[in-house]
Amino acid sequence: MHITAQAGPVSARLQAKGRWWRDAAGIALIASCGAAGYWLFPDNLALLTRIVAVALLVLSMDLVVGYCGVATLGQAALFGAGAYAAGIACVNGVTEPMTLIAIGALSGIVAGLVMGAVMLRAHGLAQLVLSIAIVQLFHEAANKASAYTGGSDGLAGLMVSPLFGIFEFDLWGRTAYLLGIVLLLLVFVVLKFVVASPFGMLCRGIKQDPVRIRAMGSFVFPVLLKMFAISGAVAGTGGALAAISTQVVGLDSVSFELSANALVMLVLGGLGTLYGALIGTVIFMGFEHVVSAINPFHWMTMVGALLIAVVLAAPGGLGSLVDKVSASRGGKA
Amino acid sequence: MQTILSIAIDALAFGMVLFIICIGLSLTMGLMRVVNLAHGAFAMIAGYIASYVARDLGLGYAAAILLAVFGTIVIAIPLERFLYRRIYGSPELIQVLMTIGLTFCVIGITNYFFGPTLKTIPLPHALSQPVDVGFRTIAAHRLFVIACGAVVAGGLWYLIERTSFGIKLRATVDNAAMSDALGVRTQVVYAVSFAIAVGLAAFGGVVGAEFLPIEPYYALRYMVTFLVVVSVGGAGSIPGALIACLVLGLVDTTGRYLMPAFGNFFFYAAVIVIVCLFPRGFLGRAQ
Repeated sequence: MHITAQAGPVSARLQAKGRWWRDAAGIALIASCGAAGYWLFPDNLALLTRIVAVALLVLSMDLVVGYCGVATLGQAALFGAGAYAAGIACVNGVTEPMTLIAIGALSGIVAGLVMGAVMLRAHGLAQLVLSIAIVQLFHEAANKASAYTGGSDGLAGLMVSPLFGIFEFDLWGRTAYLLGIVLLLLVFVVLKFVVASPFGMLCRGIKQDPVRIRAMGSFVFPVLLKMFAISGAVAGTGGALAAISTQVVGLDSVSFELSANALVMLVLGGLGTLYGALIGTVIFMGFEHVVSAINPFHWMTMVGALLIAVVLAAPGGLGSLVDKVSASRGGKA
Repeated sequence: MQTILSIAIDALAFGMVLFIICIGLSLTMGLMRVVNLAHGAFAMIAGYIASYVARDLGLGYAAAILLAVFGTIVIAIPLERFLYRRIYGSPELIQVLMTIGLTFCVIGITNYFFGPTLKTIPLPHALSQPVDVGFRTIAAHRLFVIACGAVVAGGLWYLIERTSFGIKLRATVDNAAMSDALGVRTQVVYAVSFAIAVGLAAFGGVVGAEFLPIEPYYALRYMVTFLVVVSVGGAGSIPGALIACLVLGLVDTTGRYLMPAFGNFFFYAAVIVIVCLFPRGFLGRAQ
């Protein structure tokens, strides 16, 4: 940062241009990976759609954990809020998919505001505990309000009408997958702008030193609350996508386990980079699909060992490992 | 009146079980500043050892408790040496992740060896009978658990406030570098207090098996409960943990008796209210 500031406007502009190209290449890469998934695994599109939905959840968690430094284990509350809102709306006759996604995102925002307003009162460990308590309360509420949510049986029977009135949601999940990939790309581009904006910079500043930011004259609480709302919108979109693609909303979409897994994926990929969130999700869920098919308990042992290894060997996540390797190569060249 | 009394006895016994297990976690978090989410996993390991000793080897309840506590400490010492020592002083998120990873491993391995079924620890004859206390009868096991909790609370208070080890412990908590310079072997203090914490978890896991049944998901299912209790009480404070356990035990037991349909609802609602009112827990230190 210092170096760019000192080197003057010309090189800064050049660097900004370089970054723009890098982002464009990254987005193109995500799009081509999505297309490759569509052509290579036509029988596993349901799983791929699930990965896309969870990737949205992990992205939303990255906004809060990676960019604001607020440790949370309750992000699934926002995901579940989106999923249940979309599901309930769908059962009650709103079947247009884009409207359902918007409903999911909106209720995610509302849940994010509630969660942020409660969580931001505390700090450190108490904050983590509050986030757990909130997701458990959401879970109990969804379980008890079985008249609306189906309780532990799940909310089934979502009949979504064709996308834009043309594309039917078929048995193979092609439409759902393509919808998911397009949504993911849109969200990713928007988030790239958000985290590069002055607002995103302010969030990173708060992560590093909230006292100093306060001394500079910014209010910390509203900024973080705004980030919680954005994060809620992203997580709610993911939840609505999951509801539309599987046509079922289960209690597991608002569980502590899902939050913990999302955090694991995020840390696996690397905190504070949007790419890390995507990489972590794909690797984790890909592994899970292969290993848990053999024995679900071996899967737990493996995730545990993987977590310990990541913490001890690469605390910055796999994304940082790539950076480190490329940096050392660049240093040698 | 009868209902209120039986709720009170059950709440007290449940609170004491929580206390025995959580006070160890409170020590680790307040003293070593390690968020040890694998604490419940140690209680679970102890439960499995006790069940094996009491059911398969046919030894008595006392032997089961002793062997379980020692066995768990023996398992925990290499973990402290090779894993925990690397995360002392790391950010909370790192500690949470590593200890969750450890918990997952323990669950997977336990299930591989012992299977997913519930394990029971048979109670001796004297503890499985009701005891007549004059105006009514109470299950002897409840009284035993309450007595154990009281003994643990008193013993820990004595250890920390009245012995030379306690003085070193408090000095290390307040300023590790300074007490190191003054000749306190802080590494040893850390190792011993970690062993005490694990031993308490093991003891609580065996004694409380009636309340928190032993099965492979034990470590994950009650992890959140233990963490919540500690942060409500204030990490590192014995009276704080005691108050938190009794209050949350009362809320949870009352909720389950009077409105069983709502499950954990009251527990977590109480937690949110308490944490919002006391962000550092009941008797937590200022940071």
